[in-house]
Amino acid sequence: MSATDSRSAGPHPAVALRVRNLRVGFGDASAADVVRGVSFELRAGECLAIVGDSGSGKSVTARSILGLAGTAARVSADELSLAGESVLGLSEAAWRRRRGRDVGLVLQDALASLDPLRPIIREIGDSLRLHTRLDQSERSRKVLEILAAAGLAQPELYAGRRSGELSGGQRQRALIAAALALDPPLLVADEPTTALDVTVQAQVLDLLEQVRARGTAIVLISHDLAVVSRIADRIAVIHEGRIIETGTTAEVLQNPRHAETRRMLAAVPVDRPRGSRLAPATAVREPVVAHPPARVPEHLAERVPVSVASRTPAAKPVAEPVIALEAIGLSKSFRGPHGTVHRAVDEVSFRLPRGSTLGIVGESGSGKTTTARLALALTAADTGEVRLLGEAWSTLPERDRRARRPLVGAVYQDVLGSFDPRLSVREILHHAVAATAGSSAGGGSAGRRAMAARVSALLDDVGLAESLLERRPTDLSGGQRQRVGIARALASTPQILICDEPVSALDVSVQAQVLDLLDELQRELKLSLLFISHDLGVIQHVSDTVAVMQNGRVVETGTAAEVFTAPTHPYTQALLAAVPRLH
Amino acid sequence: MLWAVATVTFFAVRLIPGDPAEAILGGPGSQTSPEALAAVRAEYGLDQPLLVQYLQQLGRLATGDLGRSYALNMDVGPLVLSQIGGTLVLAVLSLAVAWLIALVLATWSTGRGRLAARIGTGLEIVAAALPHFWLATTLIVVFSVWWGVLPPISTADARGLVLPVVTLAIPLAGFLGQVMRESLNTALESPFVLSARARGESDRGVLWRHALRHAALPAISLSGWAFGSLISGAVVVETIFARPGLGRTLLNAVTVRDVPVVVGVVMVVALAYILMTIVTDLASGLADPRPTEIGNGGLS
Repeated sequence: MSATDSRSAGPHPAVALRVRNLRVGFGDASAADVVRGVSFELRAGECLAIVGDSGSGKSVTARSILGLAGTAARVSADELSLAGESVLGLSEAAWRRRRGRDVGLVLQDALASLDPLRPIIREIGDSLRLHTRLDQSERSRKVLEILAAAGLAQPELYAGRRSGELSGGQRQRALIAAALALDPPLLVADEPTTALDVTVQAQVLDLLEQVRARGTAIVLISHDLAVVSRIADRIAVIHEGRIIETGTTAEVLQNPRHAETRRMLAAVPVDRPRGSRLAPATAVREPVVAHPPARVPEHLAERVPVSVASRTPAAKPVAEPVIALEAIGLSKSFRGPHGTVHRAVDEVSFRLPRGSTLGIVGESGSGKTTTARLALALTAADTGEVRLLGEAWSTLPERDRRARRPLVGAVYQDVLGSFDPRLSVREILHHAVAATAGSSAGGGSAGRRAMAARVSALLDDVGLAESLLERRPTDLSGGQRQRVGIARALASTPQILICDEPVSALDVSVQAQVLDLLDELQRELKLSLLFISHDLGVIQHVSDTVAVMQNGRVVETGTAAEVFTAPTHPYTQALLAAVPRLH
Repeated sequence: MLWAVATVTFFAVRLIPGDPAEAILGGPGSQTSPEALAAVRAEYGLDQPLLVQYLQQLGRLATGDLGRSYALNMDVGPLVLSQIGGTLVLAVLSLAVAWLIALVLATWSTGRGRLAARIGTGLEIVAAALPHFWLATTLIVVFSVWWGVLPPISTADARGLVLPVVTLAIPLAGFLGQVMRESLNTALESPFVLSARARGESDRGVLWRHALRHAALPAISLSGWAFGSLISGAVVVETIFARPGLGRTLLNAVTVRDVPVVVGVVMVVALAYILMTIVTDLASGLADPRPTEIGNGGLS
């Protein structure tokens, strides 16, 4: 930053934004600030990426630049100026005249960031209505131009649609177009590509690149170093409300000076072989030796009413099956609106060998989640079947399947939504253990002690402290919640774990810890994992074998090495080309 | 739907103890000769087995004939038609006033700090809990007896309509206000509102162009149910304010066991309810043109 820090315009382009010692706090003055003295500046045509984990203060910083930190926020700074004019202490009316005209904001997830009830032509037209004297028809004409400039093909066809009726890429373009309608000299983009499919993400980054090339200054807020490395000139790493490191993109990526930056870089799973740790070891947990009955203290063991494992058929296998889970020609269709039939899963077959990980990767709408539901036998397939440990599974009536349900555990993305919010962690795990052990586990002090032992063993497995037992899921961090979700899935001592986007809602460093945890659990408990994700980096890191899905079909399968180093299908090649990498 | 209503009503009225033929001849307790009773039974078909009577009535209903009143000695169709206007005016006005109160209360009390939100919520809860008969009596005491500004019984002019409409509208406004406030708060916190503010939209613009439409959606869906509850509320209100209408007709008919009138009124109310549900569905479709999602979302 010092290299570009110059107050005279000189040969440099004009300063678009200067922030000095920005502090933002919420609630009363005694509460700690969320942003604690952030300084940076930005020139026309430059892109500064502010990178940090969630809770680091990056979004609050972004919003403060538009005076949108909220009514509860206390904002102070030595300087906050847009194009050389101070905007500190502006009245709300004065801010309104500047927003949209002097600075634009692009948020994550255009589905929710554009009013779902209004056509995009009116959403984008609003910027023009608020800041220009154009009449309705002139605005409409201008909106079509703006949409075309944002790279939306056939704007006249799509302008009348609402965000829900557009594809992910189209609506993100519309959102960017709305922010750029008046060609503001500064654009603040807060996680503009998060939650987008990789191919769409690449398109949106290209669009932002063009915008910058036209001379717009961009503040790019992201948690993803790989994404920002594609377009940012400089990177500022923010941690606990302070900028801990700043420099050109190449400097920060190649010579990270701060330990926190190095940790964030190490956590990116792209191009990291299986088995290598992503996060530094925290060493909270003891290695897990065997299955639960052995973990019940010995003096209690014989009094445990019904041993969990002895109830599950797989504990006494006749012959060790080699394939844990096998799908044979699975198809599933859903009826769409207007009587159309949507084939969500189309002739999908795969094999999950015991103790290994099969990664299923694909973009949204490719049928991944439906495949997971079919594998869990929660949804009945139209045709085809799923076999579990070499025996019938999906074709059984639910009554016969229930005895074998404990063999398969499930971990979800929205783990919070899968918990009853009124239950504490202890109760969640109690329910999960009781559900597998049957009603017998509840009675007697011996049963209670066995239960307590089992719950603490589960906590230990997933590396959570016992002090969290009385907390409710809403009071836990995202990573802790997902650990509770995994502990719950392990309660039935499953042999197979089906994970549907288990780390997609997590910060990259927390994601790294959870991936490491799953890897350790797999080795210690000999689990077979069916791992579903849209994230190619994650899939490459965790998988032994990979199945790539597109439009409900598996277009390519192979070992992780084969698929990622020598993809044969054009779709896989396109996907891999779109993955942002650290360069 | 209409068939189910007719069936339930028919048998429910018959469950009330007493002989309908006696009711026709002057109600329970009047001295009637067995010959007169027999004659009446034959005339109205009451000597037939219950099932036959039921089928006969269904047959008549299917052709649009609502039958003939036992007590008033006139056809039910014209009777209901003459009474329905007053009740519809009452219900529609009450619905409109309830919407107005709920909108004003919800928009005033959101985004204005915690105290305003508490006051708004408190008023809504109290309003929703008020019973019609209590509210009606209180309003009469205050506005007619103490201040003498409004007539205590319904008159033909608009002034006579004020108290009955307010009586019906206040509890309903409580219900509507609660759902509106909740969806208004959700909408105001959503990212698209932040996007709109980032374009330079004002608080009022955010409210009118974005948030209110989202807030109205659940209230519109609720209005179909609300219309039905207004008509049942009309039974109480029309009786208290001595206002002609379907509610009072229904109450009188039930009292004297006038089966054709009861069935007729209930059928018409059910029809109105169905029509209102269709109207609210259409209105929801206009306010929310998004296609309804079919199929399932994530795993969880």
